[in-house]
Amino acid sequence: MKDLVYLPDVVTLSLCEDTCNGCGMCIKVCPHDVFELSGKKAHILRKDYCMECGACALNCPVKAISVKSGVGCAAGIINGILRNSEPTCGCSDSKSNCC
Amino acid sequence: MTISDAIIPVVFTTLNFKDFLGAVMVRWGINRDKYRVTPGLYAAGKPGQESDVFVTANYKLSFDALRKNLAGVNGWILVLDTKGVNVWCAAGKGTFGTKELVSRIRLVSLDKIVNHKRLILPQLGATGVAAHKVREETGFNVQYGPVRASDIKKFISDGYRADKEMRRVTFGFKDRIKLIPNDFMYGKFYLLGAMAAPFLISGLSGNGVSYRDFSGVGGPAILRVFLAYISGIVITPMFLPYIPGRHFSLKGFFAGALLFIILFLLNFAGNNSIEILSWFFLITAISSFMAMNFTGSTTYTSLSGVKKEMKISVPIQIGFAIIGIILQVIGKFI
Repeated sequence: MKDLVYLPDVVTLSLCEDTCNGCGMCIKVCPHDVFELSGKKAHILRKDYCMECGACALNCPVKAISVKSGVGCAAGIINGILRNSEPTCGCSDSKSNCC
Repeated sequence: MTISDAIIPVVFTTLNFKDFLGAVMVRWGINRDKYRVTPGLYAAGKPGQESDVFVTANYKLSFDALRKNLAGVNGWILVLDTKGVNVWCAAGKGTFGTKELVSRIRLVSLDKIVNHKRLILPQLGATGVAAHKVREETGFNVQYGPVRASDIKKFISDGYRADKEMRRVTFGFKDRIKLIPNDFMYGKFYLLGAMAAPFLISGLSGNGVSYRDFSGVGGPAILRVFLAYISGIVITPMFLPYIPGRHFSLKGFFAGALLFIILFLLNFAGNNSIEILSWFFLITAISSFMAMNFTGSTTYTSLSGVKKEMKISVPIQIGFAIIGIILQVIGKFI
């Protein structure tokens, strides 16, 4: 199946190739095959497919990746505005039944 | 403590009818909290000190997916306390996270149960777990397995390697269908509110509030709102890749517009031209808004993207709703 792609040129993902140690962890954890490894460095290959889940940045042992991660969820953003907080889908409180 | 004197529950690796029923309930968001799994260590088959440790969330469907796919495997299942939320969502919130994993490893004395230092986590747990930090704190090496539990056996037989396909999240028709019930239930308060509004307006007429209009005009009005809701939260997700536009709100608008055309052709879009026009605005606004809410259920929308979409779409949706309501009221007085 063809990959679905959301809005182009909005993603906050960035990779500092100088810092990268080529461990390949970002490739292992990325659910959308955004990175590739060549010349012992990771590269961002398919930036528009990134969903800002943050797995790569969290698992990068040398902190070469940065991304403003969060829930890509309209209801969550509305929640965040109403509660004056970061976007949250409110799944952790037991009354809600989101995701 | 040794394995022999620790009491570790053994799980069934086949699912029964009760599990199926539970899955249906969880999907519809009914009594979800009753289906939480108690966090801790479980055994699949007859694991020993050498056996693999698989980590999962205490959401029923996550746990069931894992144990079902461990049929014939002797392994340990370490269930984290994710408050009954699935792996990926919990990882996004940090409850399926480094801290919980580290403390759970200590709580069950995992180093006394197994004689190795390998943990297999679902790949989507990586959003909450920093593998290198877990190693620093516990000595255990986190290995990210496949996205889907159904690939676990292949992952093992391939020498603990997840190939490209196993690492990729897909969002096919089946995946989308499964999410619809929960979204349908999640938006029920929007639905009730939206259904009440035209019902109240329908009672207005040039002659004041009319009870006959409540039933004669209110009924069809409620049905139109309900269909618009379905168009946004059921039809749009079902046909997601085939509806034009990248913005969900735009996809929802198209689905709503199609619904309006169908209603119009069936002569069910209103009694006069102003009322019909008002229903165009109301139906597309509702469908667009509900479709936009589906962004939270998809596997590919980013926070930055949804924010950008909402900046454009929400004002338009509100504008459409206001125009629709004004036209409704005007329509009553001609």
